[in-house]
Amino acid sequence: MSDNLMLENAALQVEEALPESMNPVEPFLRSERIPHIWCPGCGIGTTVNCFARAVMDSKLDPNKIAVVSGIGCSGRVAGYVNLDSFHTTHGRAIPFATGLKLANPELTVVVYSGDGDLASIGGNHLIHAARRNLDIKVICVNNLIYAMTGGQSAATTPESCTTATSPYGTFEPTLNLPHLLEAAGATFIARWTTYHVMQLAKTMKEALLHKGFSFIEIISPCPTLFQRRNQMGDGLETMKFYKEHGKTKHGADTASLDMTKSGDIIIGKFVEKKDRPEYIDHMREYYTQKLGRPFEYQVKTC
Amino acid sequence: MPADPKAVLTGVHFLNGDVACCEGALAAGARFAAGYPITPSTEIVERFASRAPEVGGVFIQMEDELAASIALQGAVWGGAKSFTVTSGPGFSLMMEHVGYAAMTETPCVFVDVQRGGPSTGLPTLPAQGDMMQARWGSHGDYEVIALCPNSPQECFDLTIKCFNWAEDYRNPVVLLMDECVGHMTEKVVIPPAEQIDVTPRHLTDKRPGDYLPFKPCDNLVPEMAHAGDGYRFHITGVTHDERGYLAVTSQAQDKLVRRLCDKIRSAADQLTLVEEEGTEDADVVVVSYGITSRVAERAIRMARERGLKVGKLRLITIWPFPENRVRAVARRVKTLVVPELNLGQMVYEVERVAGGLARTVGVTHAGGGVHRPEDILAAIVEGAQ
Amino acid sequence: MPKGFVTITAERCKGCGFCVEFCPTHVLALSSAFNFKGYHPPYVHDAEKCSGCDLCGMYCPDFAIYGTRITAAQKKGANHAG
Repeated sequence: MSDNLMLENAALQVEEALPESMNPVEPFLRSERIPHIWCPGCGIGTTVNCFARAVMDSKLDPNKIAVVSGIGCSGRVAGYVNLDSFHTTHGRAIPFATGLKLANPELTVVVYSGDGDLASIGGNHLIHAARRNLDIKVICVNNLIYAMTGGQSAATTPESCTTATSPYGTFEPTLNLPHLLEAAGATFIARWTTYHVMQLAKTMKEALLHKGFSFIEIISPCPTLFQRRNQMGDGLETMKFYKEHGKTKHGADTASLDMTKSGDIIIGKFVEKKDRPEYIDHMREYYTQKLGRPFEYQVKTC
Repeated sequence: MPADPKAVLTGVHFLNGDVACCEGALAAGARFAAGYPITPSTEIVERFASRAPEVGGVFIQMEDELAASIALQGAVWGGAKSFTVTSGPGFSLMMEHVGYAAMTETPCVFVDVQRGGPSTGLPTLPAQGDMMQARWGSHGDYEVIALCPNSPQECFDLTIKCFNWAEDYRNPVVLLMDECVGHMTEKVVIPPAEQIDVTPRHLTDKRPGDYLPFKPCDNLVPEMAHAGDGYRFHITGVTHDERGYLAVTSQAQDKLVRRLCDKIRSAADQLTLVEEEGTEDADVVVVSYGITSRVAERAIRMARERGLKVGKLRLITIWPFPENRVRAVARRVKTLVVPELNLGQMVYEVERVAGGLARTVGVTHAGGGVHRPEDILAAIVEGAQ
Repeated sequence: MPKGFVTITAERCKGCGFCVEFCPTHVLALSSAFNFKGYHPPYVHDAEKCSGCDLCGMYCPDFAIYGTRITAAQKKGANHAG
């Protein structure tokens, strides 16, 4: 039987004998905007599946979740999720989210963006948001490159990789994001790859329910602009690489998490602290003490 | 609607312009400010940091002006009235987010207490060098509303106006103060809360599914919704359609950007605030704004003592430029004298409008102090000939 | 009767092959046919093995496939109908 016929038969089978079903991710998508702009083999869509499942499993009211993105391929996530969503300026998703959360603390505020956006142009905000321990959840899709602008080197590009702006290979040292975030004070830090979908969905759910600044780094393929230029195969090859080289070490010393071009990627949940007060909780308590009466938090007045 | 009495310091006070601005913001309903310290604006947020906890508000000192100028917009979409304050160098950093506010139609207020520039310039000394930056500082076509007070009382009054107009037009509004007005201490009368008119946010009453965040009403301004209200809307700085979805085409750009400009341009007359006196039979009218208008008063008095027919036109609204009022005056005078604490900014706007009707003469000053009234007088005398 | 089934929205597919590679029971294969955009979508190669685990759905970056478990009650219904 030809593939075509088999396809058709399979479709018929579904129609005739099988119960009604819907893609579980569909209610979380602006379906009219799909197909999305991401390339074949790009991992961003995979992370969105994990996020959708995490939202479902968290039992949070989707009407009370807002997604804030910056600019770049991962910055397009805000436009595809069927939630209140804000596509902000390059690097500034975190300060936007800071204002949003402070205005309405009932919201679960998720920043969903890329490594260039969050860690380079937005690096200062990343550090200070972690320092404050404001309850926002940062999902950083790290494809090790500036993808949307055409594959230029990033602060996360491993040494000796070829990029559009490092035709002889990169020689700058690489930023270890979990280590940076731990030093700055984030209270929830994890890293997975797009291969580790079940673990990622579980960690996303935990981050959604964690009170405090949460950071999840997701190593993700950019077959078009990173892997191809570095003879590392396509998206699928990269996923197989993640399967082979992803080494789970929960609680690993974040100083040990540097990434190299072809070495192991240490993954897992590294930090989950409950001993640092969350920013708004702390503010309420602090002002109540200083004022000698309850601090009646009412920033939302409209 | 009337102001919330909890935050209104009704009474007669002796305040500087910075503090008066802060009290105006509180009276207007601002409960969120994001700032970054910079002289000579810092007293505004210092005051806010001290007053906010008393009224349940939040001041957050961000890590830089880029952060401050976008945090305030996050707060707006969360349901707050919010603002940031800065001075020239910080205002330069905020420009991308003035554009974001214009593109996303986020009602918010930027206060710029001007000092000498360019670059670090004159950190503690006055200038009026940001007039064009307030209008054109961000890239692309957009319109802002900008008001210019010349006293602490006006810092209070116009700050409220800024917040109200931000809501009415879903647009960023700039209060263009200067160091002199910011640090000048004078009597400020704060009326009872019920006498302060505060514009509520124009929130949609449509049901989720029917609401489009960028579908304009008759006045070209769309209604708002807040995150968490169940609308699940999308906001972007990319060219977008009425749903807020990306639409990167020249047609969508034309439709959106023209509306963004037209909603302000078509309201220019309603947005015009000027103080006009003695222009009916004048040969010369001095067009001025901010602290320079107070120096101009003295020069006008000196000229009148010499028997010259001199009028004054003080621009309170700077942007949109009060074209019709300036043109009406230009039709009946010989010369418009435009003193300003820069090497020529608003004078070119005046000249554009008065071209062919009256002569326009600028009186420049590079900043760091104010004009000598005699220098303005000399221009008046020359203009009367 | 399998424990589950997959549903494929072929027109969304970009042919990355994630679902085929990582299906734990090897239900899927890439078709030699093209979809409208010119990619090869997957097809159900061995429907009987499907557990309905939806790992294909989790991996699919294009929201083009998902798995559904068939409950005992549904199986019973299907048998009766058959």
